[in-house]
Amino acid sequence: MKITEEEVRYVADLANLDLTDAEVHKFRADLDEILGHVERLNEIDTAGVEPMAQVLFEGGATDTWRDDRERACLGTDVALANAPLAGAGYFKVPKVIER
Amino acid sequence: MDLRSLTIGQVRDGLLARQFSATELTRDALAFAGSQNSLTSAYLHFSPERALAAAAAVDEKIASGEDPGPLAGVPVAVKDVIVTKGVRTTCGSKLLANYIPPYDATAITRLEEAGGVILGKTNCDEFAMGSSNENSAFCPVRNPVAPDRVPGGSSGGSAAAVAQGTATLALGSDTGGSIRQPASFCGVVGVTPTYGRVSRYGLTAFASSLDHIGPLARTVRDAATLLQVIAGRDPMDATSAAATVPDYTQSLDGRVKGLKLGLPREYLRDLASETGTLIAAGVETLRGLGCEIREISLPATDYAIGCYYIIATAEASSNLARFDGVRYTSRSKASGTLSDMYRHTRGEGFGAECKRRIMLGTYVLSAGYYDAYYLKAQKVRSLIARDFARAFSEVDAIVAPVSPFPAFKLGEKIDDPLAMYLSDIYTITGSLAGIPCMSVPCGLTAGGLPVGMQILAKHFDEPTMFRLADAFERARAN
Repeated sequence: MKITEEEVRYVADLANLDLTDAEVHKFRADLDEILGHVERLNEIDTAGVEPMAQVLFEGGATDTWRDDRERACLGTDVALANAPLAGAGYFKVPKVIER
Repeated sequence: MDLRSLTIGQVRDGLLARQFSATELTRDALAFAGSQNSLTSAYLHFSPERALAAAAAVDEKIASGEDPGPLAGVPVAVKDVIVTKGVRTTCGSKLLANYIPPYDATAITRLEEAGGVILGKTNCDEFAMGSSNENSAFCPVRNPVAPDRVPGGSSGGSAAAVAQGTATLALGSDTGGSIRQPASFCGVVGVTPTYGRVSRYGLTAFASSLDHIGPLARTVRDAATLLQVIAGRDPMDATSAAATVPDYTQSLDGRVKGLKLGLPREYLRDLASETGTLIAAGVETLRGLGCEIREISLPATDYAIGCYYIIATAEASSNLARFDGVRYTSRSKASGTLSDMYRHTRGEGFGAECKRRIMLGTYVLSAGYYDAYYLKAQKVRSLIARDFARAFSEVDAIVAPVSPFPAFKLGEKIDDPLAMYLSDIYTITGSLAGIPCMSVPCGLTAGGLPVGMQILAKHFDEPTMFRLADAFERARAN
């Protein structure tokens, strides 16, 4: 077994994901099977191989630069329009710490 | 005029000859799409106001003698992971069921500047995660060719709309095959351009080192024309490439004689099915056109699925962290602290596949596992990219299947996530390497299900890919 239910609960906690007991049970089995397949990567020799973090292409050193000029931005009202709760120009959230 | 077989060229000719106006065409297209949508659920919602405004702008240009643009009046469907200002963009998720974006994706801006008319937003797997479109939080999409079957995923709605004729063109997104596989399943053309060729500004991020926007169409020429419009450097996306965009339609000249094509041994090994027979017949057609076929080897292929599902889920777990009940999404009604609110909102809002991928991605990035999984996968990714680089020193393009099988039945694979992941094998390798790849219709199985052939080319060599696909399409038509 690659992963236990306890580890599944720990990972869900890291991911800020509330899972039901049934989900913990199901994901343990799913992740176990997927990680079992992924183990095959250990068969391939990667000694001295650089990790590929990004697809790179030919280009000039400054191709991705742009002029440092002021641009129009969304503005507070528009930026807040989709928030479930907003007020006084801010996103509103529940208390961070319960006393 | 038959909306189901309409092409960009026919729309242009009709408009310029004043046979119909863009407004008339748009009204007809909206009415037809609306009347047909219950058969497939390809669209999640329509945007008639925006469509008619775009059509009116085209009509004005034509009236004043201006060039109305290369996509003038053409009905387009847009996958609902690409943001549209003022038009709901749900990403197929309950969390964004009411999200109205305050800006347009660059691809949308360019499409409308070229005269394209966006009819509405298409159904997809939640946050583009899936190979069957069954992970949409709203409803699955039915394949227009066989309604008891899936259209493929995750751009299933876009492929279905083009196949059904409720759009002439569509935009999709592809991270590991999400344009090519549904194109193959629905019998249309689907293109994943070179990584960086099309700006992703406004594409909801899934796995940033793998995400692409690309076209779906009924002909290679139409797909090439749409790519022409949306390709090119965008200051709003630092990963968009500065390379000049060539005139893709210039490459549709049928000159494929002498092209060297590679057939990857590793892809054909397990393909003793009807799909294999159709691909083999397609290869013979290309040989008949004067292409030189040779077997090549891509030895790291066996490790591609493991590599992809580590990298894609790791990036997804990070990208999906922003859906937290504060800025864009709905919020759980359960009370508690900020931390409780995050957990409840995400636990209630994400569907099973997104949760599974967030879990896997968080696990492979967590302390003690990063080197064993994520770093290892990035090294394997280098080997996969090297395989292609080596192959392209010998051949001009690679020909391969898109999927091991044609469209499967709704519900058939949904309970076996690993089997679903394994079916992505032929599309994932090109995605990891960042090369251009496309699916072009190759024939039908005895049961009448479409099968697509995949063509892969060097970075930024879309011209060779289109030249080959166009010649193949014409040879099949004759």
